[in-house]
Amino acid sequence: MRYLPLTDADRSQMLAAVGVKSMEDIYCDVPPVALLKETIDLPPHQGEMEVESAISAMAMKNLNAAEAPSFLGGGAYRHHVPASVDAMIQRGEFLTAYTPYQPEVSQGTLQYLFEFQTQVALLTGMEVANASMYDGATSCAEAVAMAGRVTKRKKGILSGGLHPHYRDTTKTISGLHNMDVVLSAPNVSGDEDLMSQIDAETACVVVQNPDFFGHVRDLSPLAEACHDAGALLIAVVTEVISLGAITSPGDMGADIVAGEGQSIGNALNYGGPTVGLLAVQGKHLRQMPGRLCGETVDTDGKRGFVLTLSTREQHIRREKATSNICTNAGLCALAFTVHMTLLGEDGLTRLAALNHAKAVTLADKLTGVDGVEIINESFFNEFTVRLSKPAADVIEDLAKKGVLGGIPVSRLYPDIPDMENLLVVAATETNSDDDMDALTTALSEVL
Amino acid sequence: MADQMDTITGNRGLRIEEPLIFEQSCDGRLGVDLPEPAKVTNRLGGVERKKPLGLPNLSEPQTVRHYTRISQKNYGIDAGFYPLGSCTMKHNPRLNEKLARLPGFASLHPLQPVSTAQGALELIDQCAHWLKTICGMPAIAMSPAAGAQGEFCGMMAIRAALEDRGDARKRVLVPESAHGTNPATAAACGYAVDTIPANERGRVDLDAFLAKLDDDVAGIMLTNPNTCGLFENDIIKIADAIHDAGGFFYCDGANLNAIMGRVRPGDLGVDCMHINLHKTFSTPHGGGGPGAGPVVLSEALADYAPLPFVTHGENGFDLVEHKQGEGEKSFGRLKGFHGQMGMFIRALGFMMSHGGDGIRQASSDAVLNANYLLAELKDTLSAPFDGPCMHEALFDDNFLKGTDVSTLDFAKAMIDEGFHPMTMYFPLVVHGAMLMEPTESESKETLDQYIMALKGLSERAKAGNAGYFHGAPRLTPRRRLDETAAARKPILRWTPPVEDDVASE
Repeated sequence: MRYLPLTDADRSQMLAAVGVKSMEDIYCDVPPVALLKETIDLPPHQGEMEVESAISAMAMKNLNAAEAPSFLGGGAYRHHVPASVDAMIQRGEFLTAYTPYQPEVSQGTLQYLFEFQTQVALLTGMEVANASMYDGATSCAEAVAMAGRVTKRKKGILSGGLHPHYRDTTKTISGLHNMDVVLSAPNVSGDEDLMSQIDAETACVVVQNPDFFGHVRDLSPLAEACHDAGALLIAVVTEVISLGAITSPGDMGADIVAGEGQSIGNALNYGGPTVGLLAVQGKHLRQMPGRLCGETVDTDGKRGFVLTLSTREQHIRREKATSNICTNAGLCALAFTVHMTLLGEDGLTRLAALNHAKAVTLADKLTGVDGVEIINESFFNEFTVRLSKPAADVIEDLAKKGVLGGIPVSRLYPDIPDMENLLVVAATETNSDDDMDALTTALSEVL
Repeated sequence: MADQMDTITGNRGLRIEEPLIFEQSCDGRLGVDLPEPAKVTNRLGGVERKKPLGLPNLSEPQTVRHYTRISQKNYGIDAGFYPLGSCTMKHNPRLNEKLARLPGFASLHPLQPVSTAQGALELIDQCAHWLKTICGMPAIAMSPAAGAQGEFCGMMAIRAALEDRGDARKRVLVPESAHGTNPATAAACGYAVDTIPANERGRVDLDAFLAKLDDDVAGIMLTNPNTCGLFENDIIKIADAIHDAGGFFYCDGANLNAIMGRVRPGDLGVDCMHINLHKTFSTPHGGGGPGAGPVVLSEALADYAPLPFVTHGENGFDLVEHKQGEGEKSFGRLKGFHGQMGMFIRALGFMMSHGGDGIRQASSDAVLNANYLLAELKDTLSAPFDGPCMHEALFDDNFLKGTDVSTLDFAKAMIDEGFHPMTMYFPLVVHGAMLMEPTESESKETLDQYIMALKGLSERAKAGNAGYFHGAPRLTPRRRLDETAAARKPILRWTPPVEDDVASE
């Protein structure tokens, strides 16, 4: 077996050194009824060729966005990732390292985490960011729990424009932290009134920008209303490239930003793994969950980096920790950091403008298709359309024509009759004019 | 000495000082070439960004060199022996990286029609099948993002099952040797944590456990093999007792690597157990994630599994994504989309490569390697518990008594010898713990060299050479770092230097 260096001769010698005759003597603490005598009922070992062929066969059964024009967003976006990003994250020094608990031999990981934290803070307009969370949805849930600790209140109001998976995840996880989560009705038009729901019990209001249906808003008035009531504003960003084009949540007055960083550096991967972003204003630092990397010096006085403020974390605080979170999304954060470094200020600005221009172009093209009505006044690279037929059926028909047309809202909000015909459509820099024409042609055929 | 030689640049041969990206920015540089956007009327709703973000501008060669240079300051399993106990640092086959990058998976959107993602659902189903078979359990929740989320998942399934039968309970029993995530999870799930002591053999004190058991106990969270690297020989008695008391048995599966193919947790009476795919099934640790933490479930808990999950429908595979039909009793959603798909691909590649026979051989070799370390080192270092051990060997700092060398000092000296240190000061049940997990990936030659190095260091410590240890490591890109200063005055991001005109005059 190619992964196992021990030979039978090694094993005999080592058993002798241990002073036993067989492995069964070593497994002597296992209750005999539970010790398997035979190999479990699974196929025998295989070479690289066989495994690659079997798993590739599964991959080929999927219609992927590299072979079909795709207009799906909804919190997972297809963007071009420069080749050097993957080359960097596949370096064994990054790929095969553990969490940097031994800083003398982990300065590589620690330095990129410090760079990542700085990039996320700059993008979101916040003072501090952590070294990443599992994904955007869990980041949102942890942000709500954090708001409960900061305000010592229990009510979290979740916007109807928040991604449904974020709503559900937050309900599951922050519920554990004794938070009462109020789910506002799904808001397709982007005109919900959250301010009137804020009261003296409100710990936080969670609002996504651009929201799930694509609307872009100025959050400043809402931030002000939150602060007047002693509540926090949590801004959620699922398409981080939008921050290259629109005012940052920090500049709009957000207290916590929870985001999904997949768009930068990371492929779709059928939704995981991705990289959660969490950034806060500095005064809330001690209530922040997750790993943090900080700057310090070594015994020779040279600048170096360490994991810090770990007294918030489970391996020190055990049942009193701010969260049970242990791993982060290290390698996905590295992909984010390398891609963001390649983009820089100018590249991100250009990329955001390009995405917006693609979406405006697509909206203009769709306006000319019978049976398609654009809902949004404002959007970044994603918007909602009302079709003349149920959207779930339409996308199946589009798929048969080799076009991945968007996300039917009914996939996420089933059984709401007036949402049945809604489709959320995204365009990124990867969508050519030909792709868009393929969508409009296919739509006009199936509607 | 060479390590005291000053160079003009501060670089030292292959070890190069590398500033932050923010200190290398130059306007006009760009690392991507993107097309000119079409001229359109802006529809950003009046909130277009008006000021710069402050991100640095670098070219592609600078970026590649930067990350290459800082990578060289890391120790990884590719480069050497990484005996970090309880973390399972085993070889990461590159085949699995290749498979995860197949466009059929990497470019697949999580919300595209299930009719166009049948291969993805088949892969999740296959991975689930292997994991269930290895564990001897009937059901599995694939979506948890990491081990700690798997713990959440298991404890919430337990809570949902108890509430469903109108029997909400208040306490969870956790052995004192448990990982920190166990009590953190139980507390987060609203339970009071009741700690069970260990006995003199490093196992759960059965009498103390039985004494704490009553009809208010929701369950026990027990790691097996435990964090001392020992198999809990009373485990079936513990499982029977907790079931008789109406509670559930949560097993922390962090150490499945020791028993896969040899012992099935289902045969031990386990109700739920998370599996760290990044440990046992070798999806890379990646410097701290992403992980993946699927949870195998007994019949009693299967209905409460989180959304979404894959089912076998009339027209192939299907997904249950809502609390209706088969998902009616689910406790809800734990993360966005369908779990860590990229990790399922890698884990399945690992399992298929090993096969049923290789999985059994891998756990045997991991356990043999650990016992070999224990046998060869127990007379030099000090072992608090008699063997045999499972996949990791535990030592304490008794052998350093009177030397003025601590576990930490000893570990830092190992770095200069070219090894990553073992896990230190965990588990908490022994003084100055040193927990060594060699895994099945290591050859006898590597172990022999490691044993020789540790024996030599032990002699050096006992010879009164404490200063050598206090100054270690000396041969690393950075020497010991001031963690106290980092925590006292946290600097968590780069900020531009303040221009000081007065000083420059």
